[in-house]
Amino acid sequence: MTTRWTRKDLLGLRELSADEINFVLETADAFKQVGAREIKKVPALRGKTLVNFFVEPSTRTRTSFELAAFRLSADVINISASISSLTKGETLKDTARNLEALHADILVLRHSSAGAPQFLAQRLKASVINAGDGAHEHPTQALLDLYTIREKRGKIAGLHVAIIGDILFSRVARSNIFGLVKLGARVTLVGPSTLVPREFEKLGVEVSYKIDNVLPHADVVNLLRIQHERQRKEYFPGTGEYTRFFGLTKQRAKLLKPDCLIMHPGPINRGVEIDSNVADGLQSVILDQVTNGLAVRMAVLFLCGGIAT
Amino acid sequence: MSATIIRNGRVIDPANKRDEVADLLIVDGNVAPLSQLSTLDSQPDEIDANDLIVCPGLIDIHVHLREPGFGHKETIESGARAAAAGGFTTIVCMPNTSPAADNSSTIAWIKNRAAGACVNVLPTGAISKDLAGEELAPIGSLAQAGVVAITDDGHCVQNHELMRRAVEYARMVGVPVLDHCQDYNLAGSGVVNEGYWSTLLGLPGWPAAGEEVIVMRNILLAELCDNHIHCQHVTTAGSVRLLRQARARGVKISGEVCPHHIALTDEAIQSFDTNYKMNPPLRAQADVDALLEGISDGTLSILVSDHAPHADFEKEVEFDAAPFGIIGLETELGLFLDLLLHKHAKIDIVRLIEMYTIEPARLLKIDAGTLSIGGPADMTLIGPDLEWTVKVDKFESASRNSPFDGRKLKGRAVRTIVGGKTVWRV
Repeated sequence: MTTRWTRKDLLGLRELSADEINFVLETADAFKQVGAREIKKVPALRGKTLVNFFVEPSTRTRTSFELAAFRLSADVINISASISSLTKGETLKDTARNLEALHADILVLRHSSAGAPQFLAQRLKASVINAGDGAHEHPTQALLDLYTIREKRGKIAGLHVAIIGDILFSRVARSNIFGLVKLGARVTLVGPSTLVPREFEKLGVEVSYKIDNVLPHADVVNLLRIQHERQRKEYFPGTGEYTRFFGLTKQRAKLLKPDCLIMHPGPINRGVEIDSNVADGLQSVILDQVTNGLAVRMAVLFLCGGIAT
Repeated sequence: MSATIIRNGRVIDPANKRDEVADLLIVDGNVAPLSQLSTLDSQPDEIDANDLIVCPGLIDIHVHLREPGFGHKETIESGARAAAAGGFTTIVCMPNTSPAADNSSTIAWIKNRAAGACVNVLPTGAISKDLAGEELAPIGSLAQAGVVAITDDGHCVQNHELMRRAVEYARMVGVPVLDHCQDYNLAGSGVVNEGYWSTLLGLPGWPAAGEEVIVMRNILLAELCDNHIHCQHVTTAGSVRLLRQARARGVKISGEVCPHHIALTDEAIQSFDTNYKMNPPLRAQADVDALLEGISDGTLSILVSDHAPHADFEKEVEFDAAPFGIIGLETELGLFLDLLLHKHAKIDIVRLIEMYTIEPARLLKIDAGTLSIGGPADMTLIGPDLEWTVKVDKFESASRNSPFDGRKLKGRAVRTIVGGKTVWRV
């Protein structure tokens, strides 16, 4: 591996090369081993300050970043929208500059507006890590998905990955598409036509509205939640009809190849996009994704945090 | 008696079908016959217009001057200076102020401020009260107060019945109707064109159909009411096609185009720079091509800036949160000359001047846009091949929200004359 990491920010997978993605995954291998030790902590970011700046609610991603930072010995501050000055009329730029004036080294940003991490990265010396921006990108989620696929199947190139659900409003879908296509996977998007417009085909993926035709050929199915909070109106007739057409029911799960991985970025809506038993079944790697998320985020913080100095 | 003679310019005056190298005499603020030269009691001031075009003062019928209410973005005075620096002698300001220009007192206030401005500033009035699209504004009183048109620009009357009554009523009082074409349901919360780039970037899209539905509505209402409707800032291939077909049938419908909609495509938004956020949004290359064809074949007959100033702290925010719009008065002529004449060769200089003079003057029935003897000496001197670089920090506008900073352009205004007086020169 000759690739070196030169980025202070991680804004998305669209801007990364295949080599850079592989470099993050290999760095994560080392950190995964740290998580299995009795002392789960390394001094890599000792003396550094990380701010978890979540302008949109999140539990699992924030917790994962927080724990990753602790394990790298960074000092961590959590700021959420409800307590931040943004509710008092301060602009995002001013809030971020104040954090920088307090010598924050790494800013992990979750924001409801696409492009907010780019906006800050251009204006701050600190590292900016995108923890999800609107419907744009969620790079660490995609990296942990790639990591999990690679770990379980030994490779990514040549695999057929079906991403099923609300693609239009999903940042997880976009980051996964960029990463998977770069690493040579075949990607099929499945979901209601209103949430999976054909325009996505221009990103180098296939689009299907018939889940039963896709499931038997998939090596990985990644199920996405319906993002009610981002939809301003009805995009399909209701969750009942959604489950009927696109839910991974027990019956449908029988169509899957025995070694097909079932993934979900969470939070799961049991009984809607996935049957409860299927989510907990042998093919499910949903909790492995969570564990791997920690190693991947440690890798990202380590790499970007190292550049910022 | 004061007199000025402009020597050796290429005089292009479409209203009088003139295109020749000639001298032009100004006496006491009006265009005078050269024969009057011998009767002058003193030598006239001279302006050398060698290699320059001398044309009627340009008219921009779509600018936002932000007063009353938003003087931190622009004032009538600063907007007028920006207009002069762009080569414009007459500008038409939109009614989305605070309070909205939906009543005769606000129009009187604007006209009072405009009296001190360095170019002619003509106000428009609102179609609906407070631009809310619910009740008609007092269109008759607005006409009496001196508005040159009615429009809810920045907003769009969604209720077709209300729009129909506005168009009918406007015919009675003789004011033209201008419309910002946007269906609120289709456009939704869109901040960029719906297409490849909105899909890639996850930004909410506003589809072309959201404009075309209202263009079609306006075509139908123009026929129903037998009154002219002018579609503001047309941006899509579908709108151009609809307008072309309707105009061929003789429907009283027209359209205008902004420079940014032909200079840029929605690819620019990948920087998330909010200076690429405007309403209607930057569209795809196929739309740009269709706009160019529409300009070339006369479907789109008027050029405008949609000059929309915003303060830096308002624009320098998240893309979703930023206000729509960019300034344009000081770059539009340069961009149109550069793109329409030099780069794409879609029209000649005479047609370009028509689109900035007699076309808007005819639409709004205003006495401007000619070099007729006895008329006010409003004129623009243009260097059609002058190369220059846009420098936003040198702008006269009070705002800086332009995506064209640093752009190299060919062609610009070099002097702007209002009522015989030079109000700006390069």
